[in-house]
Amino acid sequence: MTYVKPISTLWWLRRPSYFLFALRELSSVFVAWFVVYLLMLVSAISAGPEAYHRFLDWSTGRVLVLNVVALLFVLLHAVTWFNLAPRAMVVPHVPPVVVLVLHYLLWLGLSAALAWVVLR
Amino acid sequence: MSTFHNVVVVGGGGAGLRAAIAVAEANPRLTVAVVSKVYPMRSHTVSAEGGAAAVAGPDDSLEEHLYDTISGGDWLVDQDAAEAFVQEAPRELLRLEHWGCPWSRQRDGRIAVRAFGGMKKKRTWFAADKTGFHMLHTLFQTTLSNPDVVRYDEWFVTSLLVDDGQVYGVVAIELATGRVETVIANAVILCTGGCGRVFPFTTNANIKTGDGMALAYRAGAPLKDMEFVQYHPTGLPFTGILITEAARAEGGWLLNKDGYRYLQDYDLGTPTPHPVLRSMELGPRDRLSQAFVHEHDKGRTTDTPYGPIVHLDLRHLGAEVIDAKLPFVRELCSKYENIDPVKELIPVRPVVHYMMGGVHTDIHGATSLTGLYAAGEVACVSINGANRLGSNSLPECLVFGARAGQAAAEFVTSTRTAPGAAVYAQARDAQRLLEREFARHAEGSHIGGRERIADIRTEMQTAMENGAGIYRDGESLAKAADRLRDLRERFGRATVDDRSRTFNTEAVALLELSFMLDVAESIVVSALHRGESRGAHQRTDFPGRDDERFLAHSLVRRTPDGGGLVDYMPVKITQWPPGERVYGR
Amino acid sequence: MADTITMQVARYRPGQEAEPVFQSYDVPLRKEWAVLDGLNHIKDHVDGTLSYRWSCRMGICGSCGMTVNGSPVLSCATFLTDYAPGPVRVEPLRNFPVVRDLVVDIGDFMAKLPSVKPWLIRDDEPPEGEYLQTPDELDDYKKFSMCINCMLCYSACPVYALDPAFVGPAAIALAQRYNLDSRDEGAADRRDVLSSAEGVWACTFVGECSTACPKGVDPAGAIQRYKLTAATHALKDFLLPRGAR
Repeated sequence: MTYVKPISTLWWLRRPSYFLFALRELSSVFVAWFVVYLLMLVSAISAGPEAYHRFLDWSTGRVLVLNVVALLFVLLHAVTWFNLAPRAMVVPHVPPVVVLVLHYLLWLGLSAALAWVVLR
Repeated sequence: MSTFHNVVVVGGGGAGLRAAIAVAEANPRLTVAVVSKVYPMRSHTVSAEGGAAAVAGPDDSLEEHLYDTISGGDWLVDQDAAEAFVQEAPRELLRLEHWGCPWSRQRDGRIAVRAFGGMKKKRTWFAADKTGFHMLHTLFQTTLSNPDVVRYDEWFVTSLLVDDGQVYGVVAIELATGRVETVIANAVILCTGGCGRVFPFTTNANIKTGDGMALAYRAGAPLKDMEFVQYHPTGLPFTGILITEAARAEGGWLLNKDGYRYLQDYDLGTPTPHPVLRSMELGPRDRLSQAFVHEHDKGRTTDTPYGPIVHLDLRHLGAEVIDAKLPFVRELCSKYENIDPVKELIPVRPVVHYMMGGVHTDIHGATSLTGLYAAGEVACVSINGANRLGSNSLPECLVFGARAGQAAAEFVTSTRTAPGAAVYAQARDAQRLLEREFARHAEGSHIGGRERIADIRTEMQTAMENGAGIYRDGESLAKAADRLRDLRERFGRATVDDRSRTFNTEAVALLELSFMLDVAESIVVSALHRGESRGAHQRTDFPGRDDERFLAHSLVRRTPDGGGLVDYMPVKITQWPPGERVYGR
Repeated sequence: MADTITMQVARYRPGQEAEPVFQSYDVPLRKEWAVLDGLNHIKDHVDGTLSYRWSCRMGICGSCGMTVNGSPVLSCATFLTDYAPGPVRVEPLRNFPVVRDLVVDIGDFMAKLPSVKPWLIRDDEPPEGEYLQTPDELDDYKKFSMCINCMLCYSACPVYALDPAFVGPAAIALAQRYNLDSRDEGAADRRDVLSSAEGVWACTFVGECSTACPKGVDPAGAIQRYKLTAATHALKDFLLPRGAR
């Protein structure tokens, strides 16, 4: 005879944290899209210059917008993921903020290295 | 419907869970049930703060713990019981350590101990200032590992099944459904705790309504030393929330409205900057609460909307000590008084805290009824005498919980008596009676008008505070007795608006009130008969201790008309003849 | 300050209402009064039929969790003046079946709790004296031992709402309380349940459990920490030969 409250379809709008949670869950789709896009890029390159240029031409306009949105979602995912790090990795006698800063430094370093390889 | 268990434990707090584990350990073939009106981890043991006493270091001895306990109890302590208690307390606290209790530690990893009121040595084990909470959850989690312990959570016990002087189980209401059930058993252990809610201003939780005391009393077991009600000197005004004695043990001071450490005026020693054991703020609770009343009479307390107060000063301890040793005190002050004890004074006043008296038991927890045992605050063994020392009650729950569990297990293993037809008939009758009672109170069509449960309860509490408070006299007690008789008559017209079977908390409140009225009467009648002042029982018309007439436990039995009949039994004295209680000198 | 405040209290009486309805009561607005004091005023003086759980009224027994103006709180530690001028909306904890009015059924938690073995596990006999444990070692798990089982974290957790099989924040935090206790040797016994799909991996780190926790337990942190432990174990199991693990 207990009453079970049905879950409303808009439950994720009730709190900012729930909304963020929904966005982060959604971000996985965009992460997946980035992987597909990368594979398409590799495939285009391996198919020769012509295919590569066709791929670049295709990557403007709507696809570019999609990629920008995807980038934002991936950033959201990365930042929220990094912010968790100090709570998942508890190192004795090391304050949580150090763990956090080290993560961001590592991220920056890897990104810089990648940028150097690509833009060189 | 009825179920059977070899042993039924009523109450799932410190004593109850310890007893259940003891039964299971004593004989794994026995089934043991814990019937509790709340989930075990909600039990009031959870609120205990300061610590648990047991001799721990090489500089301490069982003798000293024993002497502190006996003198603290103003020689109304049964010395054989106290001997067993101080001897077994260390082992019990160690067992809790082995079960995972997060005791506070010294730097080298050994158990840390702190000072406590009335104790000559540091021997109070603690888990910061949430000792009861950690002990209860450790016990609860340990019982989860034991499939032999069956729990009946949120079952409210309404009566004991008794046949020919022997107890055969309980009648209970399953709150979720409102069904009346019987649990038949070969032995019952009462572990329902105290009865602080009989008074208006108490540290006790809402559930502390003296259920077990009333259950035993109604079944024919006498209650012992019910006149001894402990006031704790430091409760927060309005809520009555306890500020642990550990606050004084760590060095806190009690100040009157002039900022003066007034305890020095009451033969409790001379003020020193650092705490001295058995002196000043580390005196026993009865003496400290009585000093407050005298300060009030001298006009040296501060008036607030919630009664006169003095101040507890922890500021000189500093944030570091307070956060390490008294974090809960800081949390409670900030939440409920909106003050920070690191920078501000804590307003405090004496508050009803503990019942020294209870169901009379021997040192094995056995009551006067065959098959009925009791342990913890509900029982009076008695190790607390006329005044319990702080931090003796948690180990009491463990020592005597375990003892009662073992004794009950032994009893049901060695006796073959099975509940007869009379018990089953009684169970059916009890069910019908409850239904009829409920219907009667729900009808509300009584001659003389309807009465609200809360009104009767409030008036009972006021009558108790006015008549049987820190200081009482023959006149105030007689008046309280009259008021209680009147309230009992009005109780007959109490109305229950709630007709639902599902989680009917109003019906529970009604039953609890009827228990409390019995307990209140037993307190008043016991206090009326004791014409002396001893420990927590202070008669202004009999100001001195009278060992000639009253070095004896009072026993109150219920008469058929509902009144109480008082007589006395001798105190067991083995090695310490009555002496003067000396503190601070 | 007005001298009264309106409390809108969810009522559900099986057999009487098919689903909860709100009933309004005006109660005195006093500085010291917690939401619980308001409810007690209603029960004692206005409407005896209102049902809710409470006991210690000092935030340690864990009985009186409710949803107040949409957030899970302990009603004894949440004050009416914080909601002035009102109204204050009091509902039962979310994500649990409602038994009656503000009383919810926590049987699911009580059934799950033993599955994570929240007790000290050792193979050997205990020593004569205590197990030694330094204050630092105590600090490693102390936070997770503060859980009062009040169920606010389950009420705040959308994962538990969507997937009732989720072991849940408090139970996982209590498992971690023992895993991180230097005296305990039962981590391996708890691994299967904790590492399952209904264990830590069901958590998507909303973090609301830690926000809701009135005792600073940080169940979300406990869960994240165990994810790292579980992942490390899975990796070890995969990479190392059986004997070397």
